[in-house]
Amino acid sequence: VNTGMSAWEQRSVARVVPPVRPRKLVKVPFVELADGRLQGVVSSGSDLARVYVSSISASTHGFSCSTNNNRPCGGLHASSPCKHLRALADEAVLQYGLDRVARYLRVEAGDDDDLVSRLDGVREAAPAAVVFSRFLRHLAYLELPDTTAPIPELHWFPAVSTGGAVR
Amino acid sequence: MLGVQLTELLDGVPHGVEEALDLMSGFDDALAHGFARLGGERAAALAALAGALGATPLGSPAVDAVEKIIAGSITDEHLATLAGGRTALFGAIHDALLSRLDTALGRDRSPWAEPPPAETAAADNLLGGCRSWLQELAITGWKGVDHDLVSASDQTIEALLADVGLRPLAVLLDGLAAELRASCPVATMERLPARRWADLWARALLLSQGPGATEPAERVSGRLLVLGVDVHEHATAVQMQVHAILEPAGAAPPRLVRTSVAAAKVDTIVGPALWRLLHRHPVLLGALAEHRGLDVEDMPLLDGGDLVWHDDRATAGEPADPFATARILLADAVTPAVRPLDRHPVRIAEPVLVEGYTAGDDAFELDGNTLTVDLDRLPGCGPLTPGLVAASSACIGLVRWDGGRWMLQPLAVQGTAKRKPFEAHNGDWAMGPTDPKVVKAEARAGDAVAVLRERAGRLLRR
Repeated sequence: VNTGMSAWEQRSVARVVPPVRPRKLVKVPFVELADGRLQGVVSSGSDLARVYVSSISASTHGFSCSTNNNRPCGGLHASSPCKHLRALADEAVLQYGLDRVARYLRVEAGDDDDLVSRLDGVREAAPAAVVFSRFLRHLAYLELPDTTAPIPELHWFPAVSTGGAVR
Repeated sequence: MLGVQLTELLDGVPHGVEEALDLMSGFDDALAHGFARLGGERAAALAALAGALGATPLGSPAVDAVEKIIAGSITDEHLATLAGGRTALFGAIHDALLSRLDTALGRDRSPWAEPPPAETAAADNLLGGCRSWLQELAITGWKGVDHDLVSASDQTIEALLADVGLRPLAVLLDGLAAELRASCPVATMERLPARRWADLWARALLLSQGPGATEPAERVSGRLLVLGVDVHEHATAVQMQVHAILEPAGAAPPRLVRTSVAAAKVDTIVGPALWRLLHRHPVLLGALAEHRGLDVEDMPLLDGGDLVWHDDRATAGEPADPFATARILLADAVTPAVRPLDRHPVRIAEPVLVEGYTAGDDAFELDGNTLTVDLDRLPGCGPLTPGLVAASSACIGLVRWDGGRWMLQPLAVQGTAKRKPFEAHNGDWAMGPTDPKVVKAEARAGDAVAVLRERAGRLLRR
C-alpha cells in the first residue's frame, strides 16, 4: 500500500530529539553538542562576571578552554584537561545521558567510565568567540516577550515527560 | 465519548485517505533525497501528487511546477506551489478525518467564513531569507543536510524571533533546525522522520509567503470553564493551550474554545519550571492550579476558536470542576470552525470525556473497542503519569490522529487507587508543584530560570 516507509516515518509527531534531563545550571549554565564539538560555558568560581568557554572536538578529541575575553585557562595543560572541561563533560552527561555524549564524541564508554579519561586528544585552538556568542544567543531567548496569539505550529511539538528527577 | 461513538470513529478509514497518504509518502521520499536528484521513480511520485490535484485550481500550476522541477528548475515559486499542493491534499485528509470524528461525536462545527484578503506589509527580506533556506533544503534533500546547511538558518531565525508577528514561523523553523542539527550528518541516520520534516518544511514555506488574511475576531465576555491543558514544547518554545467552555454573557449557547500562552525558553528549562516562564499571566495560572472558573471581559475570540488571552481582562471566579464541566457542557457546546491553513491532521485535538472504560497499559477498553492512549504526551510539567492513567476510571482527553490511527491524549484523569480517590490535571502545577517529592527535587536543582536570567543580566548587556 505504501512506498515502504515504516509507521514511525509516517508520523507527523515522531520524536526526533530526546528531551534533555533537568540539571543544576549554576556551575555550567550552557552545554551543547553542536558543530562537531561538545562545547559550553562554565562559570568562574571566583569572579561572577567571568566565564570559561570550553570545548572538546568530536573528530580529534582536542580540547580547549579560555575565558570569554579569550585569555587561556590557567589550569589547562598541553595533554590534560582543566577542571572546567571536566565539569563540562560531567554536566553534558547529566543533560544528555552518557550514551548520547559518548556517541557524539565517538568514544566507547561504559556506565562506570569517566568520559574525560577516555579521551586521547591534546590541547588545540577552538573558536571560543563562536561558542560564547552561541551562549549569548541562548540567553537572549529568555529576553523575548511571551505571546498569547495561538501558535498552531506547536501541535507538531508535543511536550513529553522529562523522565526522571533532577540530579 | 460513548462506546457507540468510539465504534463509529474506529470503523475503517474514511474513503480516499489511504490513497492520499500514499501520495504523501512518495512526495516525502522525494524530499528526503532532494529535488536535485529525483530519478524516475521519485519524479513520478511528484507527478502523481500534482495529478491528484487535477480537479482543483492548484492542478495545472502543480503539474507545471513538477515538470519544471524535474527539468532542474527548482525555484522558489515552483516549490511554493508544490508545498501548497501537499498542504491542500493534507487539508482534504484532515476534513475527512474531522468529519468522521464530528459525526461520531454528534458535534456541529461552525463553517469558516473567509475574510477579505489583507494588505499587510511583510518583512520581505526576512521571509526571503526563510524561503531561500527552505529552497536549499529541498534541493539538497534531508539526506544531504550537514552542519553548514543547518547553521545557514541561524541569522534568519534570530531575526524572525525578534518580530512578534512572525513568532509562529520562527518557532517552527527553530524547532526544525534543532532537530536537523541534532541529526547531523543526516545521511548517517538509520531512519528519517520523512513525514514530519516534510510537514514542517511545507508549513514553513507557506508561512514565509507572507501574512495571509487577518483572522476575523469578535469580542466576548462571560464565564470560562477549563477542561484541560495541552502542553506544547520544543527546546526553545513552550505553549500552554487551555481547552475550555465559554459561557457567553447573555443567552448565547456555550462554546468550545482554546486559549494559549507561549514563551521562548532554552532546552535546560524543563518540567515544572516551565510555568515560571509564564508568570505574567497569574490569573490564568491561578485558575488552572485551583480549578476555578474565570470571568472574562471583552476578550478577542478568533473565528478559529482561539480566545486571545489578556490576563488583565480576567478574574478568578468560583471553583469549577473540569470533570463536571465536561459532563454537563461539552457534548452540546458549539464547535469552532477550522482556519483553512490549519487543516492538517496534526491539529485535530478534540476534547472528550471518556468514562466507564477498563484501563490497560496503553489503551482503554470501552464496550468492546480499544482506544489507544498516547502515553508519550504526558508532560513533565504536570502530575499525570502512565501509572495514574492506568489506574483511572474517567479521563478528559484530546482525540488525535497520527500515523494512521486515532489516539487519546489524556489531559486529566480521576480514579481510585488503594481505596483512595485521586485526580490529576496537566495544569495542577501551574503555580508550582504540589507533590512533595517534586517540590524537593525542584529545590535541590535550584531555579534554572533565575540562574540563566542572572547570567543574562551580567553578560548580555555589556
